[in-house]
Amino acid sequence: MLLEVENLTSHFFLDEGVLRAVDGISFDVNEGETVALVGESGCGKTIVALSLLNLIPSPGRVVGGRIVFNGEDLLQMEAERLREIRGGGIGMIFQEPGAALNPVFTIGSQISEVLRLHRGLNRREAEAEAIRLLGETGIPEPEKRIKAYPFEFSGGMRQRAVIAIAISGRPRLLIADEPTTALDTTVQAEIVDLLRYLQAQHKMAILLITHDMGVVAEMAERVMVMYTGKIVEVAGVCELFREPKHPYTSGLLNSIPRLGAGRKEPLRGIPGAVPDFLDLPSGCTFHPRCPIGDESCISEFPSLRSISPERKCACYKVEAG
Amino acid sequence: MKRRSQSNHLILLAALLPGVGHIVLGKRGRGIRLLVVTIAVILVMYWRWEVFVSAFHSTRIDHWLAAVFLIVSLAASVTYSVWDVRRLLTEIPMATRGKSPYQLARRRFRANRLAVTAVYVITAFYILAVLAPLLAPYDPSAITDVLKTRFLPPSMDHPFGTDAFGRDLLSRALYGARVSLSVGLLAVMIAISMGTVYGAVAGYFGGFIDNVLMRIVDVVIAIPTFFLMLMLVGIFEANLVFLVLILGLTSWPGTARFIRGEILSLKQREFTEAARAIGLPNRLIIFRHLIPNALSPVLVSTALMIGGMIGAEAGLSFLGIGIRPPTPSWGNMISQGKDALLVAWWVAFFPGALLALTVVCFNLLADGIRDALDPKALMQRFV
Amino acid sequence: MSWYIIKRLIQAVPLLLGVATVTFLIVHLAPGDPMDMFLENRNLRNIDPEVIELIRQKYGLDQPLHVQYVKWLGNLLQGDLGESFEHRRPVSALLAEAIPYTLQLTALALLLDALVGIALGIFSAVKQYSVLDKTVTIGSLIIYSLPSFWLALMLVLVFSVNLGWFPTSQTRSLDYEFLSWFEKLADLAWHLVLPVFVLGIASAAGTARYMRSRLLEVLNEEYVLAARARGLKERAVILKHALRNALIPIITIYGLSLPFLLGGAVIIETIFAWPGMGRLAVLAIQARDYPVILATTMIAAVLTVIGNLVADVTYALVDPRVSYEKKKPV
Ligand SMILES: Nc1ncnc2c1ncn2[C@@H]1O[C@H](COP(=O)(O)OP(=O)(O)OP(=O)(O)O)[C@@H](O)[C@H]1O
Ligand code: SF4
Ligand SMILES: [Mg+2]
Repeated sequence: MLLEVENLTSHFFLDEGVLRAVDGISFDVNEGETVALVGESGCGKTIVALSLLNLIPSPGRVVGGRIVFNGEDLLQMEAERLREIRGGGIGMIFQEPGAALNPVFTIGSQISEVLRLHRGLNRREAEAEAIRLLGETGIPEPEKRIKAYPFEFSGGMRQRAVIAIAISGRPRLLIADEPTTALDTTVQAEIVDLLRYLQAQHKMAILLITHDMGVVAEMAERVMVMYTGKIVEVAGVCELFREPKHPYTSGLLNSIPRLGAGRKEPLRGIPGAVPDFLDLPSGCTFHPRCPIGDESCISEFPSLRSISPERKCACYKVEAG
Repeated sequence: MKRRSQSNHLILLAALLPGVGHIVLGKRGRGIRLLVVTIAVILVMYWRWEVFVSAFHSTRIDHWLAAVFLIVSLAASVTYSVWDVRRLLTEIPMATRGKSPYQLARRRFRANRLAVTAVYVITAFYILAVLAPLLAPYDPSAITDVLKTRFLPPSMDHPFGTDAFGRDLLSRALYGARVSLSVGLLAVMIAISMGTVYGAVAGYFGGFIDNVLMRIVDVVIAIPTFFLMLMLVGIFEANLVFLVLILGLTSWPGTARFIRGEILSLKQREFTEAARAIGLPNRLIIFRHLIPNALSPVLVSTALMIGGMIGAEAGLSFLGIGIRPPTPSWGNMISQGKDALLVAWWVAFFPGALLALTVVCFNLLADGIRDALDPKALMQRFV
Repeated sequence: MSWYIIKRLIQAVPLLLGVATVTFLIVHLAPGDPMDMFLENRNLRNIDPEVIELIRQKYGLDQPLHVQYVKWLGNLLQGDLGESFEHRRPVSALLAEAIPYTLQLTALALLLDALVGIALGIFSAVKQYSVLDKTVTIGSLIIYSLPSFWLALMLVLVFSVNLGWFPTSQTRSLDYEFLSWFEKLADLAWHLVLPVFVLGIASAAGTARYMRSRLLEVLNEEYVLAARARGLKERAVILKHALRNALIPIITIYGLSLPFLLGGAVIIETIFAWPGMGRLAVLAIQARDYPVILATTMIAAVLTVIGNLVADVTYALVDPRVSYEKKKPV
């Protein structure tokens, strides 16, 4: 088991109250596997990713749970070791391809920085390796491009550079936070191909965060569905698409967005909007939007139970078996 | 019935001693403020009764104004107190808290203790300045037995000491406050209104007009403001009115640039389109729609500029080309203190400390407004 | 790059022409003829009218305004700023003596501003909400608000008069000529301490406030988070990734702070009897010495324009995003 997350809880401490962005979630990721984390915008996916690196921006922080990576608990370890794992054990691709690159340093220097830090290369070696990595991620003429600044790259190229940086520390787990959402559709397909190619080459596990069910179908082996900071369903990708159990999952699948639909556009098929985190509905937080919910759902949140050996679901109306 | 008479008693109490009614009703903050104002007014009247009475027959308008101000304050606090206590008694207390951006900003401002203190200090200073003729223990320009009274260190008789001519520095500082505080305020009003109109016109019309107007701004900005002031004040032999004009007329370009930028972005929005579509004249579009929308950030720079102007006036007076003695201003008092630095530190110290305190308060106020309007930018730079 | 500089230089020309025109107009449209004002100021009204007329002719004041203007502009282009009424010497010579003193003062003040302001801003932002941060935030606001001339007087009172650590004024001691070169250097530095401190500390306070807010803003950027996610040390994240981005706009601020420093120098030079341009301007105004008034204002504007130019060029050098071809938004 590469990554075991147990009861992870992350809160933001705001003036208006405590915002439970990640509320006690547990999951595993195996060596070399691709696991997708899906859910509508604002349901807490990015905060899960940042929690895994213990990097939640203030006023937030991880308040409880365990994150065991490769046998070590990330939340207990020393700062020095944690830094080795950031970038060296776990790489991360951010949602906005441009924003993760520092605008005033060249692409090359930003890659070399990681290479020297995590792989102990000297300046010359790092530059050669940076060129190789850019080439590997499909950037034409990498020798020239390493001297370029981020603003000189197109969106797709920037995302490739971000991927090159993320894999440069040879991580065993790559967290890809909506790697394709901000890109044009043709570029999206290229990036998906690139990620699959790199995964095969480097034998990485990928935690794929997205709300694009198309990408999930193409890349993931297992899928976790998230709603208001909790995981509501876990299943293999085929089973999930064939037979979604949780009403929220069904809603998501019914509403696979049109090609090129805007990121912030609400998905069709689920009535209503994601509730306010500071004022969540009681019981099953999905009940105001749920087509099959009733009074039995409003008292307590249903726990995530196994309904078959490989499937879990958090819904009162879903029977085991 | 009982409730009725009780509330009548309360209203009577509120009329007799404004603030007490509020305190009884549990509104302590407002009550204490009212009470302090009332007691202060009464104390001043009691303490300076003769000056107060004679001020009404005085030919000097400032004495008269100070006395009237005192009476109006007393009347206002009684009226307000009664009115507000009545309102509190009849109205059901409102539980809902407003959530409009303006109300939110106001609440955030209230929570900022430094900024609120600054407001109190500034208000107090302006009131002291108005009341200077009533409060000043001595005539600010009376020169008596110089040899005996010159350079007396601070004492009970002369809290700020005396200067080279034996004049009481506290009295002079009070009178000086009138000049320093009003020059700053008036000059900023000129600068802001001129800058706003100028910038709005440039931004609204755009094109050639904008180009010409902005090149003029470039030129004015290229001359260091203090040099420009120095030159104008020196050449025009500025008196008080001229000084205000010059300070105001040299300080508008920053506002003009800012407003123009705001207008340019507002212009794109629909409501301008809508206003134009229904055929409103340009003048109305600018003044009714564009300027009010750009104005809230101007509030911050207004507070900053008042502090800056008060400092600039003091600087010019310090150099001997602003307000000229014998009219006291904090700047020329410090200038006189400079010559006496070796023998009497207090001459320069007290007016400077008042000046510093005033500018600090205006800057705190500006910070408070900015944080209240935009909580994210917790602190940015001046202007 | 050189194109960019040339372009910016060309843009500065109409600006300076505008400045020259404005200053000329102010002086000549003021009530009364400059020579009258000068003489009146010195109580020389009752000298022989014919003599006055001769002097007028000598300074070209008898000609129509537009002729004077063209002539003045022509002379200006040749570096001839006219002759001082008061000193009977070419204004350019007076300026040549004064400007180095002013530059010395402002350059050192800028240095103080940069070192102290930026360092405090960084500490304050990195340790946001700490005691140090609060001290810096409030302290800088107070220092920024203090009237510089009052601060100067109080420092002189404490450090020169009471403690005797620094001289009260002047640029050098009376026995300067008899000192060894090392002692001369020490003597100059000793005289510079107070004026430079007073001039620089206020802008340092402004810089600290600005630096703090910029850095806090940048620390919220995603690339800073990304740098942390790559395992970089906190030092590298702040001192390399965040600081570089936060420092760039400071350059513009420096360009803008030059007029303030020059304005401040007027007062500081007067207090410390520092023979720079600011004091020259004040003395000229007190004496109604118009050619000098005109020239000092002109030079202050030229220095400001140069300062902005240097800031823009530096900005373009350090920020790769500035494309020289694109016109900067006004
Ligand atoms: N810096 C922050 N301060 C306060 N609340 C935050 C912050 N960042 C995130 N949140 C809250 O946490 C919740 C989860 O946010 P998160 O960014 O994880 O959503 P997401 O699932 O990644 O959505 P998206 O698809 O838009 O990226 C949001 O509803 C938001 O209210
Ligand atoms: S628990 Fe009830 S409300 Fe929640 S998803 Fe299931 S059926 Fe719907
Ligand atoms: Mg996200």
